[in-house]
Amino acid sequence: MTTVARDPVAAADPAPAPPTRPAAGPSRHRYRAAAGFAFGAALLFAVAPLVLSDFRLSLLAKYLCVAMVAVGIGLAWGRGGMLTLGQGVFFGLGGYAMAMHLKLADAGPGNMPDFMLLYGQLDELPLWWRPFASPWFALPATVLLPMAVAFVLGSLVFRRRVRGAYFAILSQALAAAMVILLIGQQGTTGGTNGLTDIQGFFGYDLDDPVNQRMVYFIIAGTLLALLALARHLTQCRYGELLVAVRDSEERVRFLGYDPATVKLVAYVVAAGMAGLAGALFVPAVGIISPALIGIVPSIEFVIGVAVGGRATLLGPVLGAVAVVWARTALSERFPGTWTYLQGLLFVVVVAFLPGGLASLIGLARRRDDGEPRPGLLRRLRLRRREGAA
Amino acid sequence: MTVLIGQLFTGVSIGAVLLLIALGLALTFGQMGVINMAHGEFIMAGAYTTYVLQQVITAAGWSLLIALPVAFVVAGAMGVLLEILLIRRLYARPLDTLLVTWGVSLILQQLARDIFGSPNVQTRAPELLTGNIGLPGGITVANNRLFILALAGSAVVALTVALRVTPLGRRIRAVVQNRDLAAVSGIATTRVDRMTFFIGSGLAGIAGVALTLLGPIGPTMGTNLIIDAFLVVVVGGIGQLKGTVIVAFALGVLQATGEYLTTLSVAKVMVFIAIVAFLQWRPQGLFTLRTRSLA
Repeated sequence: MTTVARDPVAAADPAPAPPTRPAAGPSRHRYRAAAGFAFGAALLFAVAPLVLSDFRLSLLAKYLCVAMVAVGIGLAWGRGGMLTLGQGVFFGLGGYAMAMHLKLADAGPGNMPDFMLLYGQLDELPLWWRPFASPWFALPATVLLPMAVAFVLGSLVFRRRVRGAYFAILSQALAAAMVILLIGQQGTTGGTNGLTDIQGFFGYDLDDPVNQRMVYFIIAGTLLALLALARHLTQCRYGELLVAVRDSEERVRFLGYDPATVKLVAYVVAAGMAGLAGALFVPAVGIISPALIGIVPSIEFVIGVAVGGRATLLGPVLGAVAVVWARTALSERFPGTWTYLQGLLFVVVVAFLPGGLASLIGLARRRDDGEPRPGLLRRLRLRRREGAA
Repeated sequence: MTVLIGQLFTGVSIGAVLLLIALGLALTFGQMGVINMAHGEFIMAGAYTTYVLQQVITAAGWSLLIALPVAFVVAGAMGVLLEILLIRRLYARPLDTLLVTWGVSLILQQLARDIFGSPNVQTRAPELLTGNIGLPGGITVANNRLFILALAGSAVVALTVALRVTPLGRRIRAVVQNRDLAAVSGIATTRVDRMTFFIGSGLAGIAGVALTLLGPIGPTMGTNLIIDAFLVVVVGGIGQLKGTVIVAFALGVLQATGEYLTTLSVAKVMVFIAIVAFLQWRPQGLFTLRTRSLA
């Protein structure tokens, strides 16, 4: 009601249009972001390899892959309000595409991957495996395949305004269907075991610690690039539109935008990020299996994001790394305790701290700034008016 | 022909299990917009209740009969506890409820592991329900499946009567149709919510009892079923039971037919695609009381 009442006032009195950002804003923001990136790069590229043992570094590589998925979820869920409980599907598509290529490369040209011989149901390579022998197909496929699936599902679902809990359930059902399909087609997908025992990565032996280090550097670099992309997407006009769709989809529609397209972009980008993460996860860990991409891991991706702070840029990354790290540290020694703790994390963070740990910092910062920023829809309207004038 | 009818019956019996699970969900989701992921664990609680009762009462038939009301109350009480402690605070954030109740379901699963051990346990089915009935035309029907079908049928009838005739049912329907109007008409909506949650969760307990007839009881038995049941609710639409009933049986038959023609895994994917296609046609579900509101 209050916003409706405010509209005529805003229309009648357009004079004191506040600047959309503080005057010193853009440059200061950019400076701060650049410093942050430099700090993150130094941490990932210099400090971590020096301080951590090879084993710890490869664990960190694994965590950073999860963090990449988290960046995408932060975009789709934190900014776009789409609770996607099926990111494991996209992670898996990327992972399987990469693993299929590496398996074929391991086996050598003309040969079949070892597990297919083991199950012995096939005389020759199945047709849909064949393109993955070429890196020129497999590498783009790790990203484009998940994006294509997300595009098809997203455009069908968002256009018909299926949203909120309905969308969450559908995305979860997709994860369930994918896992059952993978397990069911054991002869060609490796079934429950997945694709295991991957030895080489484009000619580099993955058992060699030096090459593991290289994989780590690739992963760290990719994560930074994805963070830059996410930051760009949230800072530009599109990012504001996405948040507006999250907060009030119908009003954005009335303003003349198509919310379905806005959501679709974030969902597809998030899927691409998850696919890339899956693809890099394979050389880092040497395995991809249904247990890594099903309903439970898919929802575990989300909890890291929730813990860190869903609507922030760094929150999902830090939260995801922290949660996966805690699980590795605790679940080996006290498996039961970890499950309780994980459950409690979900309950406590989501119910009582919906902004995640980042909101604790955010609260302090807002108090320093004093002046609250104008509401988002108001800012959008002002900007559109500026554009029209 | 015999094969066809046999497959149809398999589908209907899958549908009956889905229906038992989805009824409770439809009730809570329809009325409160709450996604309760712990619903699967209430099923598990019902199943373990049957198991515990059978340790005390060794006659399988009697323990099963007694388990039905006891499981209803146990699961219902768990639901009310959950509602009071957590869900009440989250009505404004339905998506967050989903995550919170997922956390609760993790805790309940681990609790079951610590109490009953992680290996699955088994109950003995009463002798009356172990055999088959031969129907004319050479069709055989498993007794336990028939029992579950009857149970699901009676649950639907009981719930329909309760919603239509009793004062509580009238209040529930009023709150579903228009919460604010019901509140200003003097209905204590929070109390109605709590009762709805009790009944919905209790139905999960009953579903748990029924599932002991079909397979082993384990800490994660609920997780696998809950997604299919949610899909039933999504496709069936909210606020009315008939959507849930029709869709539960339709999905069951579709699943069974797909399984018969191809494999289990392909059938699951087929069902998923069919659901997405269906939502293109009716995004709000098969039947729904409310029009799409402008948020």
